[in-house]
Amino acid sequence: MTSLTNYLAVSAILFIIGTAGVLFRRNAIIIFMCIELMLNAVNLTLIAFSQFLGNQTGQILVFFVMTVAAAEAAVGLAIVISLFRNKETVEIDKLNLLKL
Amino acid sequence: MTQLIPVIVFAPLAGFLINAFFGSRLGKLSGWIATLAVFISFVISAGLFVEMLQKPSDDRAIHYVLANWLDVGKVHVGISFLIDQLSIIFMLIITGVGALIHLYSIGYMKGDRGFARFFTYMNLFIVMMLQLVMADNFLWTFVGWEGVGLCSYLLIGFWYEEKKNTDAAKKAFIVNRIGDFGFLVAMGAMLAAYGSLNYLDLLGSGGNIIDGSKHLGVVAGMHGGDWTIGFITLMLFLGCTGKSAQIPLYVWLPDAMAGPTPVSALIHAATMVTSGIFLVARSNMFFALAPVTMGVVAAVGATTAVFAAIIGIFQNDIKKVLAYSTISQLGYMFLALGVGAFTAGVFHVMTHAFFKACLFLGSGAVIEAMHHEQDMQKMGGLKKYLPITFWTFMIATLAISGIPPFAGFFSKDEILWSAFGRGSVLLWLMGAIAAMMTAFYMFRAVFLTFFGKERFDAEHHKPHEVRWHMTLPLIVLAALSIVGGFLNIPHVLGGNATLEHWLAPVLEQGEQAAQVSFSEAGAGLEIGLMVTSVAIAICGILLAMRFYKKKTTLARDEAVLGTPYRIAVHNFYVDEAYDKLIVQPTYTFSDRILYRIVDVKIIDGFVNGLAWLTGGASNIIRRIQTGVVQNYAVMIVVGLLAIVSYLMIF
Repeated sequence: MTSLTNYLAVSAILFIIGTAGVLFRRNAIIIFMCIELMLNAVNLTLIAFSQFLGNQTGQILVFFVMTVAAAEAAVGLAIVISLFRNKETVEIDKLNLLKL
Repeated sequence: MTQLIPVIVFAPLAGFLINAFFGSRLGKLSGWIATLAVFISFVISAGLFVEMLQKPSDDRAIHYVLANWLDVGKVHVGISFLIDQLSIIFMLIITGVGALIHLYSIGYMKGDRGFARFFTYMNLFIVMMLQLVMADNFLWTFVGWEGVGLCSYLLIGFWYEEKKNTDAAKKAFIVNRIGDFGFLVAMGAMLAAYGSLNYLDLLGSGGNIIDGSKHLGVVAGMHGGDWTIGFITLMLFLGCTGKSAQIPLYVWLPDAMAGPTPVSALIHAATMVTSGIFLVARSNMFFALAPVTMGVVAAVGATTAVFAAIIGIFQNDIKKVLAYSTISQLGYMFLALGVGAFTAGVFHVMTHAFFKACLFLGSGAVIEAMHHEQDMQKMGGLKKYLPITFWTFMIATLAISGIPPFAGFFSKDEILWSAFGRGSVLLWLMGAIAAMMTAFYMFRAVFLTFFGKERFDAEHHKPHEVRWHMTLPLIVLAALSIVGGFLNIPHVLGGNATLEHWLAPVLEQGEQAAQVSFSEAGAGLEIGLMVTSVAIAICGILLAMRFYKKKTTLARDEAVLGTPYRIAVHNFYVDEAYDKLIVQPTYTFSDRILYRIVDVKIIDGFVNGLAWLTGGASNIIRRIQTGVVQNYAVMIVVGLLAIVSYLMIF
């Protein structure tokens, strides 16, 4: 029987990998995937707690997260495509429109 | 009548508003509206006066609260009126003489482009002057005080196309500011020392029962010589020297003659310039407790009376003669106040309002008839062209010279008698000398203007008598100059000093407190002094007759006096001295120190330095803004970690 700590550790590692990817990778698609990774890390935490505490609410919440993640993936990919059509690149450090 | 008190103020205020907003469309009607407004005030004031006459003498004063104004801490200042025996006299003078002068102005200002504007200012002046005398506290008096200053400024510079006139207006305003500063300081000191500005709290109600009781005021328990009172009264007197044109701040009044003549008559002779006398008479209990200030007041008054009279002798502009004469007569009034004869001062305000307004209006008629010529050297022989003007001018001249039984004799004589009895022989002597010079320069003006040969082109230009708008006020004022003095015939001449009894509830306490010494001189001495002063006045008249009755040219003849003449004809170089000693150093100081160092270097330096500092700092900090989303995300995460670790540690 794997202990709660193990689940949480895996989840934390996944989350950190995801965060690092968001912060340091340049390709928009990779960043996007890293965001998914972070979401799933959180899902894992929720499930683990739910299981060990015998409370179903966590599992319900995960369903919501997955639904939102799916919708987000659709919108996000659409943005990436239109970005590529306009700028011919998805390298995020070349897209510094926020700077005057 | 009591409930009609606000109308006294609101009638001219309404006239002011109507003329200000619709004046240009009303045409000649605007003058009549303004006159009617002031006349309504006069009728109500007169009604109030009659009502007061019927009451017992200690029950005459009315305290009328119109509105609260300032309620801050312990200080309560209201827009409320204290109408007692003193203020009703001033109200009658202001509205009565004011209405006459408004009527006169309809004729005098006919055809002027600023006809409606003129009456707008005049009505505003009446409103403000009434505030000054009706207020029940120093602050509201000060509001009126500033208001009349503003109107004076506006009316001196009425013909603003000429720079000379606007300069005169500015001079009047700025010189008055110096005096107003004194008034402000005095009010601050009163607040600090006694915590109130109301006349009833400070000065008490004298012998009057007001709001059901006799107010004692903070002066009740005080002794003479208190330095706080000394300071307050000195500062108040500084205000008076500005408004009432006394040494050292008199210099604005001669220049103020740049305004239209009715303005000179109303503001710069009859009413506004006497507000200093009103203020001293109103706060007579304060002044009575400050012997040093009283000495200063008497000295300044006597000196001004003599000094201005000397200058007046050498003026050739008819209005300038009258201006210096006004300064000199105001000096007289302060002389009376300074020796504690408050009644005599107020009495002279009244008679002076009659005869000096008459003289100014007469000079206005002359100026109008001469097509705006003011130089007396170019007049002469006007007696036969302007008979009404001549006779009224003559009556007023006799009055100001102190010839019995005209009004000026009684008031001037009472001042001289008080100066002798309550002051010193020196003060009496100065007053007597000034009286002789007054008779001399006034008759000089009369002879130069109305007698002798015509010194203008009489063939082509025949002066006409002015219209009834202008002659009626002249006649009424001349009549008042004859009978005005009978209001206060001294006991020694068989009268019963009516005005003195009337004013006693307000002024008597102050007069007694101020009395340092009174030689119990007999009636013989009083009569003797009276005869002396009349003899002196007649001497002055005879001298003027000897020198000027038949003269045709005069500047040349007077020039034989040499250096003293040159000094006097240039007004003792006072303007030049002020320019060198005060105006120029102020300019230089402002330019060299205040402008080039304080403003440019310190103030601008501080402001520009702040901007430079902000700019420089921003230049460094702006590098954080890269525009790359990931950098921002890093900052968010770093911040989040910082917060989380803070929460975990503590």
